[in-house]
Amino acid sequence: MITAYQPAIEQDLPATSAQSPVVAVENLRKAFGSQTVLNGISLKVNRGETLAVLGRSGTGKSVLLRIIIGLIQPDSGSVRVLGQEINGIKLDHMGEIRKKMGFLFQHAALYDSLTVGENVAFPLEHHCKEMTGAERSDRAKQLLAEVGMEGALDKMPSDISGGMQKRVGLARALAMKPEILLLDEPTAGLDPISSGEIDELILKLQRERQMASIVVTHDLHSARTIANHLALLDKGNVVTEGSFEDLQKSDIQFVKEFLKQA
Amino acid sequence: MSASGFTTAASAPTVSPERRHVPNPSLSGPAANLASGFFEWFGSLGIFSWKVLTAALTPPYEWKELIRQLDEIGSKSLPLVALAGAAIGVVLSMEARYSLSRFGAKSMFPATLVYSIIEVMGPIMTGLIVSGRVGAGIGAELASMKVTEQIDAIEASAINPYRFLAATRILACILVLPFLTLVADVCGLVTGWFAQTLVEPLTFHQFIENGFQGATFSAFLPPTFKTAVYGLIIGTIACFQGMRTLGGAAGVGRAATNSVVIASLFVILADVVLVKFILAVFH
Repeated sequence: MITAYQPAIEQDLPATSAQSPVVAVENLRKAFGSQTVLNGISLKVNRGETLAVLGRSGTGKSVLLRIIIGLIQPDSGSVRVLGQEINGIKLDHMGEIRKKMGFLFQHAALYDSLTVGENVAFPLEHHCKEMTGAERSDRAKQLLAEVGMEGALDKMPSDISGGMQKRVGLARALAMKPEILLLDEPTAGLDPISSGEIDELILKLQRERQMASIVVTHDLHSARTIANHLALLDKGNVVTEGSFEDLQKSDIQFVKEFLKQA
Repeated sequence: MSASGFTTAASAPTVSPERRHVPNPSLSGPAANLASGFFEWFGSLGIFSWKVLTAALTPPYEWKELIRQLDEIGSKSLPLVALAGAAIGVVLSMEARYSLSRFGAKSMFPATLVYSIIEVMGPIMTGLIVSGRVGAGIGAELASMKVTEQIDAIEASAINPYRFLAATRILACILVLPFLTLVADVCGLVTGWFAQTLVEPLTFHQFIENGFQGATFSAFLPPTFKTAVYGLIIGTIACFQGMRTLGGAAGVGRAATNSVVIASLFVILADVVLVKFILAVFH
């Protein structure tokens, strides 16, 4: 039987109301050497909302996600996650915030020395010490079943396809019951059927869990399917944001060109 | 220059903008790049070591991963170290017998072999063997994890990669090196004695008795336990090279090669310092 669990350490994060954004980025700037990647962008995501960040390759979409989860430090600007400013935050506090976030990497980034089941149980093993090995294993099985990968528990990541790896990566991202889900190109490199399956899976999980999600993609079809809010980036700036219909009505030349090409 | 000998802003000679921007030849070019790369490397190593140290000293402690690394680094290096130690024992036995015979000092054979294996060859050979096997293994493994975003995934899961990946491997290297050295020493002594008995019969009891005559047990401890420092060097260099890797497969290859080359070089350099230290303190 699968038992409910609480993370080992209780978080002392500020309480966020239903209306306040769970992720708020303001005037964010990041440059690598002379190349400016993010040039003062501002975005907000509310609870239960899915924001799709669109744009050409190299416009800083993935950098934005990495800044939100604290893997990259911004040059300036503010990033508030669950009401807590994370720019310059102590590592211990960042750890507490990260436990509330799930991250699906572009290439899944599964640990290649662990089985699929061990990959999914990895965060639980480190943060849910009160769970027994059997409970962790049960939880991993349940999460894999949610993403349709229950048969791959004992397989190695190298023995499954790219689409399956994305599903397992998604199961791992959901292991700690996150409030925020960050998805970096969830359908990149997949065939249309697998892409559709991943989109359906993300929609199902959002319906069931009411998480805030940020999806970085240049797959317009996928963005239209899973997101209720879209932001289009170019040269480190937000060109426009709104619903898909808002983007379609836009008079901005770059938006028209992007929608036409995509 | 002013009369007082100091140049003031008002009296400073005027320099044209063009002249001001001419780079100093002594501070540019390959030499400057090499120097800046050298200091950048040591600076990054210092920051890395500090992060590992602070992570290692604060809970939670990664006991399970440490035990896995002790097995990976210790148990799996055992056959290689034992075989190398055995081979060195035979070679030293043949060389020592030949050299000592020339000077009419054959009776010194057991002591020569014991001292040369335990004090010199056993520790440095174990250090270099482990540097090759483990240094390359750790360097390549962590570099591969870095370029495939697995280390980022660990960090994104709120797990400190300096604690989970680096501290456990470095500590395992420190702990296993002295034990591997003891194994190499024992294998070298046994095969050295065996090679001698094929030419000139000598019981193992006699060999050991003569070899350790006049020596205290504590005299052999510093040369064996100095290899813990080799372990620190091998583990730190390999983890550092692996976790700072950039690029794809080429980066992984570079990290593995650099781990072995730099760790081996530093082990030899450390041996120079440690031998001097041991001679000064323990003899």
